[in-house]
Amino acid sequence: MRAYASVWRLRFQLGMQYRTAAFAGIATQLFFGFVFIMVYMAFYANGAKSATIDLPDLITYTWLQQIFLTLIMLWYRDNEIFGLIMSGNIAYELCRPCGIYGFWYAKLLGQRLAGATLRYLPLLPIVLVLPKPYRLGFPPSAASFALFLLALILGLFIVVGVSMLIYISVFWTLSPVGSTLMIAVAGEFFAGMVIPVPLMPGWLQNAVNFLPFRWTADFPFRVYSGHIPVREAAAGVAVQLGWVAILVAFGAWLLSRALRRTVIQGG
Amino acid sequence: MSGFRLYFSYLSMLFRSQMQYRASFLLLTAGQFFIPFAVFASLYFLFERFGQLQGWSFYEVALIFAVIHLAFSIAECFARGFDMFSSLVVSGDFDRLLVRPRSTIVQVLGSQFEFTRFGRLLQGAIVLAVALINLPIAWNAAKIATLVLMIACGVCIFAGIFVLFATMCFWTVQGLEVANVFTDGGREMAQYPLDIYKRWVTVFFTFVIPFGCVNYLPMLFLLDRADGPAAAYMAMPLAGVLFLVPCVLVWRLGVRHYRSTGS
Amino acid sequence: MIELQGISKSFKVAKRSPGIGQAFKALFAREHTIVHALRDVSFSIGEGEIVGYIGPNGAGKSTSIKVMSGILVPDEGSCRIMGHTPWRDRTEYVRSIGVVFGQRSQLWWDVPVLDSFELLKDIYRIREADYRSNLAMLTETLDLEPILQVPVRQLSLGQRMRCEIAASLLHGPRILFLDEPTIGLDAVSKLAVRKFIRTLNEEKGVTVILTTHDMSDIEALAGRILMIGKGTLLYDGTIEKLRSRFGTERKITVDHEPSEKAPEVPGATLLSWTGERTVLSVDTERNRMADVLSRLTGQIELIDVSVEAKPVDEMIVELYREHRI
Repeated sequence: MRAYASVWRLRFQLGMQYRTAAFAGIATQLFFGFVFIMVYMAFYANGAKSATIDLPDLITYTWLQQIFLTLIMLWYRDNEIFGLIMSGNIAYELCRPCGIYGFWYAKLLGQRLAGATLRYLPLLPIVLVLPKPYRLGFPPSAASFALFLLALILGLFIVVGVSMLIYISVFWTLSPVGSTLMIAVAGEFFAGMVIPVPLMPGWLQNAVNFLPFRWTADFPFRVYSGHIPVREAAAGVAVQLGWVAILVAFGAWLLSRALRRTVIQGG
Repeated sequence: MSGFRLYFSYLSMLFRSQMQYRASFLLLTAGQFFIPFAVFASLYFLFERFGQLQGWSFYEVALIFAVIHLAFSIAECFARGFDMFSSLVVSGDFDRLLVRPRSTIVQVLGSQFEFTRFGRLLQGAIVLAVALINLPIAWNAAKIATLVLMIACGVCIFAGIFVLFATMCFWTVQGLEVANVFTDGGREMAQYPLDIYKRWVTVFFTFVIPFGCVNYLPMLFLLDRADGPAAAYMAMPLAGVLFLVPCVLVWRLGVRHYRSTGS
Repeated sequence: MIELQGISKSFKVAKRSPGIGQAFKALFAREHTIVHALRDVSFSIGEGEIVGYIGPNGAGKSTSIKVMSGILVPDEGSCRIMGHTPWRDRTEYVRSIGVVFGQRSQLWWDVPVLDSFELLKDIYRIREADYRSNLAMLTETLDLEPILQVPVRQLSLGQRMRCEIAASLLHGPRILFLDEPTIGLDAVSKLAVRKFIRTLNEEKGVTVILTTHDMSDIEALAGRILMIGKGTLLYDGTIEKLRSRFGTERKITVDHEPSEKAPEVPGATLLSWTGERTVLSVDTERNRMADVLSRLTGQIELIDVSVEAKPVDEMIVELYREHRI
């Protein structure tokens, strides 16, 4: 556990150094937030009654997406891991006294948290004081807020679990760029990052419910605004836990198979 | 003229290089097709739910969407060297360009070309075709010329932004990702008619970065919604060319700065 | 041919400190220091010379190469090369120079070497006939025939360096700047590169300016050394002059029949003695080598004798030390 913690801290420090990138990210996220909100406002102007989510809830949803983007986007690559796998230098990692799965998992977790901290720390105070229709609302109750935090963290565990699968797939495909791009595009769409899940057609929402992606973003954000009530949210957290367990177990199993394969092939 | 010839020599070199990695090339091209496809699907779902957008129909917005996405993907193909310019400065390879007897602009343009962006281009072309088939526009030479001009000048705007932010690398080295606000953000914003936004957005993207001039305003002419002289609406896209000129001048300034500081 | 007068250049460099706290601080303010890369550097180089440009890392070598190749504009001073000021009329000037950055490639990584050459032909607007004859000459003297169709990424470092040099000479430049051309090369490639540079200089009269950390390059090629340290020119002269300044001492290694005790030779200092081998050092300015050797033969039975001058490497280190750089 000490080893994981130190990897985590190192990543965090590294992430902190990219300050211009952080500034740029803040500007980009604010801009995108505004554009999306204005588009939704335009759609809602004459058609609010066909919506299944209120505009204020949708605005909150949009800001949370932007603020926590680094936590949830799948389009986030650690080239070091890809390099290790493709060059066959994975052997060095095998020499470390801790499991590779846990090691990489901690590393990815650290990267995302570091990146996200640089975003939400400055963004939160800004969006909380924006003029009225654009402002990020508060959760309806302390319970909703507590469940949101829990759901967000579990969502992060799911995201990292999914990205681990992407990295592991490189053992077979040997070419990271193409396949990760495809998975990222699909995953982010199903997570409600392109169109919010409540605005999707019914049949698509049903399909999305059976995939892990919406539990990383759509679910915590609607728990925050109270669009998903507390009782339902608690049940959702249980589903999240299930996904974490499945993804980690499957990932660890797949990795051990992949490693056995590499060792047999002689790297 | 010989600059063009050289540029095509660069292109053929880059094409042969990228073809060395065929599988990855095909997957990336497919991925580039699906990124805007997901966005377009959302657009469709939103219209399916809400019916219309402040008086704009789905196919009208699809036309706007297609124009801006085509312009963006063409610019990303051609001006990719400027988009990726920070790596050229960081690696020191820009020095190499300076010891060659050619303009830096042609050499930077020739340093990168993303053939995988043809996936994005194809997607834009399909959306354009769908929109054109379904819109009751009475086509004539003037309207066709306007449509071509809209896309061409849209390319100029995106290219101008790439050049402008590449120039910043001479001062910051790392490259400014704020550029994304204007390229990705501009594209995202300009895929809807400009009049749905608040006034400050409309003003900024008409008079500072003239996305509105290559998209929304001439579109009114295509759809016969314009009130005023048609020629004015047709000539609107030329604002994109006007935008590119100062960007290139700033680039010259940047190269001069680089040669006096060496970064 | 090349004339530098009082060239000075300084840079502003941002400070960076480690740690999370410092990283946060750097978010808002940055400190700068001024680095004087070149201070009042003047020298001239004649047509057809080979000049070795040496100095420790960060001494200002690459800055001066950048000034001379037109990449950098200096703060002060003038520079005339073949009638041009390099940083003005850049495109006109660089047509007649070739530059090899030893650590960076100018070849396109994924395509055959010949494709890179063809593109360079377009870049430099080389006439077809000139291109053909230059390529034929380079292919023959650098032995490129077997590798012209191979993608660059598959070449060994030595093969790649030969191609890099050829790429810089396709347009027939009058001056060639070589920045560490032998770095990382094996002995065979090193010798091949050196031999080629010498031939190029002798047969085509190309002026060569060469920076390197490998003193054997300098010894093998350069008649003249320019040494730079902390931005100023510290030494300008031939290797022979350098040698006469430091090199009056000779090391004598003698293999002989086993002896009971170390030989005692007045005028020579005993460095080591193992019974069958004796190493002495002699200052040839004060004692004649012949006297020392005849005294030795009187005491022991010689089998083999070798006399060495101080290696250039050591002379350079001494020179650095003298100037505290």
